[in-house]
Amino acid sequence: MTRRRAELVVAALLVLAALCAAGFVAVYALDAIPDQTQYLGLALGAAFLCVAGALLVAGRHLVVTEDGESEYGHPSPETAERLVDIGDETVAGIRRRRLLTGAAAVATTAIGAALLAPVVSLGPVFDLAAMARTPWRRGRRLVDEEGNPVPASAIQPDEFLTAFPEGADPEEIGSPIILVRLDPASLRLPASRRSWAPGGIVGYSKVCTHAGCAIALYRAPLFQPAEQPPGLVCPCHYSTFDPATGGTVVFGPAGRALPQLPLRIDRQGNLRAGGTFSGPVGPSWWGVRRGRATS
Amino acid sequence: MRRAALVLLAAAALFVALTAAPARGDSTPRSALAGRGAELYAENCSSCHGIAGAGIGAPSTVHGVGDVAGFGPSLRGVGALAADFYLRTGYMPLRNPSVQPRRSKVEFSPDQIRALVAYVASLAPGPGIPTPHPARGSLSEGMSLFVQNCAGCHQAAAAGGYVPDAVAPPLGPNSPRDIAEAVRIGPNLMPRFSQSRLTDAQLDSLIAYLLYARHPDDRGGVALGHVGPVPEGLVAWLVAGVVLVGVCITIARRPA
Amino acid sequence: MIRAIARVLEERTHAAPFGLKALRYLFPDHWSFLLGEVALYTFIVLVGTGTYLALFFHPSTAQVVYHGSYAPLDGMQMTEAYRSTVHLSLDVRAGLLMRQTHHWAADVFVAAIAVHLMRIVFTGAFRKPRELTYYVGLTILGLALLEGYLGYSLVDDLLSGMGLAIGYGVALSLPFIGANVAQLIWGGPVPGTADFWSRMYITHVFLLPLAIATLIAIHLALVASLHHTQFGGGRRSERRLVGLPALPSYAPRSLALMFTVFAVLFLLGGLVQINPIWLWGPYHVADGTNGAQPDWYLGWLIGALRLMPAFDVTILDYTVIPNPFWGGALFPSVVFGTLYAWPSIERRFSGDRVRHNLLDRPRDVRWRTATAAAFLSWVLLIFMAGSADRAYILFGWSYETQLQIYRVLVFVLPPVVFWLTLKICDELRRNEEVERHRHEAEDEARAAANRV
Repeated sequence: MTRRRAELVVAALLVLAALCAAGFVAVYALDAIPDQTQYLGLALGAAFLCVAGALLVAGRHLVVTEDGESEYGHPSPETAERLVDIGDETVAGIRRRRLLTGAAAVATTAIGAALLAPVVSLGPVFDLAAMARTPWRRGRRLVDEEGNPVPASAIQPDEFLTAFPEGADPEEIGSPIILVRLDPASLRLPASRRSWAPGGIVGYSKVCTHAGCAIALYRAPLFQPAEQPPGLVCPCHYSTFDPATGGTVVFGPAGRALPQLPLRIDRQGNLRAGGTFSGPVGPSWWGVRRGRATS
Repeated sequence: MRRAALVLLAAAALFVALTAAPARGDSTPRSALAGRGAELYAENCSSCHGIAGAGIGAPSTVHGVGDVAGFGPSLRGVGALAADFYLRTGYMPLRNPSVQPRRSKVEFSPDQIRALVAYVASLAPGPGIPTPHPARGSLSEGMSLFVQNCAGCHQAAAAGGYVPDAVAPPLGPNSPRDIAEAVRIGPNLMPRFSQSRLTDAQLDSLIAYLLYARHPDDRGGVALGHVGPVPEGLVAWLVAGVVLVGVCITIARRPA
Repeated sequence: MIRAIARVLEERTHAAPFGLKALRYLFPDHWSFLLGEVALYTFIVLVGTGTYLALFFHPSTAQVVYHGSYAPLDGMQMTEAYRSTVHLSLDVRAGLLMRQTHHWAADVFVAAIAVHLMRIVFTGAFRKPRELTYYVGLTILGLALLEGYLGYSLVDDLLSGMGLAIGYGVALSLPFIGANVAQLIWGGPVPGTADFWSRMYITHVFLLPLAIATLIAIHLALVASLHHTQFGGGRRSERRLVGLPALPSYAPRSLALMFTVFAVLFLLGGLVQINPIWLWGPYHVADGTNGAQPDWYLGWLIGALRLMPAFDVTILDYTVIPNPFWGGALFPSVVFGTLYAWPSIERRFSGDRVRHNLLDRPRDVRWRTATAAAFLSWVLLIFMAGSADRAYILFGWSYETQLQIYRVLVFVLPPVVFWLTLKICDELRRNEEVERHRHEAEDEARAAANRV
């Protein structure tokens, strides 16, 4: 490309860039046209692209491309020495240097600690019992997403329902449970939980014990001989829990069973909690007891 | 031997069909339809679902039609609902009973399907084919219901998902009738949603949302399948990455 | 005119000597030296678009009912954070362009840093005297990952909430202090208190950008002070630097690259949809979507979380180390720890304490190249394991089988890659040797012919 030609190309590209930028403003000024985002992006992107093209042509054809040479620098230990010397001179007059250094260190540490102390206000850092607390109590009624009580008859085999404790915050990690009804004959619950599943209805915390996502899948086989058995699955890392055996892990990375909520049916036929969960809700932490939950 | 079994099955199925159909007190054309269905059933379905839809509980050692050592659930009481769904979607007939049925080529003509549906419905009283009215549904109620009940398996934008160890299919290809049927049946690993769980009106809303989700508001441009970060990462690397590295190479090259 | 301004400025700043140095700064040219610049220019886009977004976003968890222009969300309960993001995406003119460009820029920013880092490791640019530059760059990468995660989380759509739940699970899993740390950050059990959103917001829009910008400044100051490294050959040597001066030669090229980066990001932002949050819906503790994935740059962590076999370390009934620790905390610590330790480990093995300004060609330092390739293949495999569910849906490969294969491969593949890379390096060098001999022979023959 000749110089003259290159100059013209650069000028043309810059004019084009200006046109595109003006186009951006025009599209922006038009009220809510269809595909507005696309036209905006296209106009702005094209404007930048034209400028890039102009610079590239200018860089290749209009300015000199010529290597320069220089020496790499060297470290200057003498200067570093001098810095230290100046520091030494500063403290030269002090005789009990050890004492003062110690005192300064103590003061720095104490002030640092004092400045850090308010960080504790950020959260209940020493009250770990709060983490295991859930709104579930013996006798607490189950309600569905709309806040209506859940009759036991509302859950048929192969169905699932998300339920919450009546009157509690549904956005608490300890609130949501998943209910499914299994064939009572297929239940293999631990002996102590035999009364927890009236009519084969079992309830489990809906929060995965691995990393805290919602157990949003219920695997409900229509024809067991050919398919996987029933399972409660977390869609984040596919931890799968067996609802028939008390929420034990059958697949995926979870290291602890899903906490089960004891259920009972009241005189109106509605479901109520028979107590609190069989274990702590949500992901585990250092020192938490696997089989224990507080209420 | 195989042929003999086939004939035997066909005969037995025909017998049951012919005796069962009039007992339901259907009109004559319907029975004739069911009769035709019985023949088709014996030929195509009985090796897995057993004689007259009795079901075969476990893989048998006897090889039936098409050399399939089949086993499958009983069809008594599943009604026209299930027969219509499985046949129209091409889920059935299934070559290998241990494989998850997927939407595939429909093997039967519409007439044949009607006959088979009539026959399966005649086996025992069961639910009929639902008629959804998505136009009556509410889009926002549908989205709420979908996120609460379906997104865990089918993904928030109905693009399909994974359930250990099966696929929750993407819902784009499903007609309103398919969806209504699947919701009421709970095919394969899917849970069921009965009337008490999800009313017909709610079902209409759900379907309205799914019809919308086929072509949702993709105001951002090319949709990348609505599955989120995986294809987005691929675009970042393969489009932006390749283009920018290419530009770096161009820029670094000296003019000749 | 310009001359006059220069004179006025110089009289008031005495900065002309610095300016002279800057304009005559030499850039050795090789395309791979531009990767860091791509990251730098992407950062500019991130700050620009991010500032625009901050003008509309409300970092609030107040529960509201949506009655905006997007019909499917009408009447839904959600947080103000999510509502304001849907609003700025669908109702603020140019809002969606800015949001999508911001998100694409985040994806490209981390990718550019990652490729830049690979270049540095494979060519030995981290060696004395540039270790500090390397550590600073590595820290920028770590902060960028955190910054991206917070941006993804702030929106409070369904994917955000699930990502935060996982982050909480990983924080809890830290030995000794996990629960305390998580309580401190979230203000209570997940989904956290309203304060938590303010904390994420100030961190995302102020603390981390400030930290990253400061580190970038230090990084660039170190680069300029020590000068660029260069490949050998020609007049280039350990003592002599050869390159294009900023003016007249290099600046137009670099600016062209900057505008290309802008162009690519805004074109993607306008034309290719990214994270359509209105389709995911708002987050609620009880909801989840299948195949929830983080943005690509955290994909290696979800891969590690999914690959880990199911076990918690326990003593009797007490949990000691919960499972997410391995994939979510230990694995990234090992990766970053290895990268931070790389210069000192290599120095220990090679005994090389000399200053280096010339880069290695990867094939010439076969041990480093093979080790780095093996390490990279290990991280990459675990990264890929994170999308095994998508592979199942697309190709029908059994998820369980895939996991088993990955679990074997993470031990088998890196040694294979190591060995293979050694062979490739040897082969490349042998070919060069052969080529050189041939040239020498030809030259000799030609010289002989001339003599005759």
